[in-house]
Amino acid sequence: MQKVIETLLIGLSTGSIYALMSLALVLVWRSTRVVNFAQAGQAMLSTYIGFEIASRSEIFWLGLVFAIAAGALVGAGVDYFFMRVLFKHATSGPAAVVAPVIATLGLLGLIRSIVGLTWGGEFKSIEAPASTDGFSVGDGTIPFSDLDVLIIATVSIILIAVAYIFQRTNLGLALRASAYAPEIAQLAGIRTARTRTIGWSIAGAVGGVAGMLVTSNNFLSPYSLDLLLVFGFIAAVIGGLESMVGSVIGALVLGIGLTFILNYVGTSLVFIGGFSVLILVLLIKPDGIMAKGKARRA
Amino acid sequence: MSGLVVNRLSVSHGAIEALRAVSFSVEVGQLAAIIGSNGAGKTTLLRALSGLNNQTSGSAQWNEREILGARPDALVRRGISHVSEGKSVIAELSVKENLILGGIWRSNKSDTSAAIAEVVELFPVLGQRMSQSADSLSGGERQMLAIGRALVSRPKLLLLDEPSLGLAPLVIEQIFATIDQLRRKLGLTVVLVEQNAMSALEIADIGIIINLGEVVASGKASELIDDPALRAAYLGY
Repeated sequence: MQKVIETLLIGLSTGSIYALMSLALVLVWRSTRVVNFAQAGQAMLSTYIGFEIASRSEIFWLGLVFAIAAGALVGAGVDYFFMRVLFKHATSGPAAVVAPVIATLGLLGLIRSIVGLTWGGEFKSIEAPASTDGFSVGDGTIPFSDLDVLIIATVSIILIAVAYIFQRTNLGLALRASAYAPEIAQLAGIRTARTRTIGWSIAGAVGGVAGMLVTSNNFLSPYSLDLLLVFGFIAAVIGGLESMVGSVIGALVLGIGLTFILNYVGTSLVFIGGFSVLILVLLIKPDGIMAKGKARRA
Repeated sequence: MSGLVVNRLSVSHGAIEALRAVSFSVEVGQLAAIIGSNGAGKTTLLRALSGLNNQTSGSAQWNEREILGARPDALVRRGISHVSEGKSVIAELSVKENLILGGIWRSNKSDTSAAIAEVVELFPVLGQRMSQSADSLSGGERQMLAIGRALVSRPKLLLLDEPSLGLAPLVIEQIFATIDQLRRKLGLTVVLVEQNAMSALEIADIGIIINLGEVVASGKASELIDDPALRAAYLGY
């Protein structure tokens, strides 16, 4: 029984980080209809900046704040200097569908190279903001630590903040309206292009937090966030790509599921498990677990 | 002249000219019905006037200032509201959120609350449904919500695209009566695009008949009803 509970807890901590990445991907998909592979690169660049601040100041949280700011700036920059231009040129036909996706892949490679040139390819690590020693339970310890508690708390705060912005503010209403019906939003007086850039910036900030949290218990390298991107994607697909709540639930389900595989079956099956879930969801419920029976109206 | 003055407005969709040198004018407080069959270019005309389509040439002025080439969000700030075709509400949002949307460009939130209260007075049925999703409304209620949303921005010029589309005849009658009341009460200038020519001309001051992208007749609404051009625009002879 103890093992079940400890697996659940660790799954929750893992899943909560996936949730941030998944949410970032869904935010961009909803607002721009772009599957943003560059999200891993944006998060990585933000994390390197956060890492630089955290290691110089020896204050993890200061690093996190900078990572959030960097993530927001990079996200806005990618939309403003890159996506806007791209959409202006590729407005219809196959190019309009494929170009943005390929472009984000190219951008991922570009950011990776720039980070590699600037910081080098070697592994770096941030001192964790809390103890990584497991809690002791009875005579033994479980691999669930203060750091995990902190991660879950941080993610909860970020999710509540994002939910607040989207549900309770005019900015959130503008973001939702622009995502659901850009033309009506425009006719209501919303500057939709600017609103979309803000959406990218929120997604970038959320991705920056994900990168810092992953790195707090792991190494940082130009490739270290790739897995996060993959699992974030799987979680977003489980949640149906459209729903922010779905993306979070999908991430928690995935995190807990993969931790169970890890603890009960073995490390070698984690990837098989993750990708099997992805393919199963796509085959059986391609609209995700949150989809209601009927199709969404135009 | 104040009001809406459209002078030799042409709109192209790539190589196709959807609208050719259309001219007409609407005085402040008048209701102009733009009528014509499907594909005549009516919607194209409204989309050009609200800034959604900027592949335009010619000129269109609202109160002596050019509106062609301006973005829709800028025109809303100048008092021009466009209710687009097909009950333009956002189904995923609540009734209240759809209404707030109409005033979202304002920095002063209490102005928007006051405007929403006025709209609810005009359409009491919306007041009872504020927290429900717009998806749950009937066709007629959705059209009221779409018009209500536009009114929250307190427009001076209202562009209405086929408000009767997809509605039952009785509801259509209601909607037209409402539009007529509204514009008198609020002193609105209205450009109403309709396929439903008779209903539109009944409440209009002037009518403009468009066929294949060109104005084929225009004049006082009461006189246009008997104009052979009207029949020709619909029946093709």
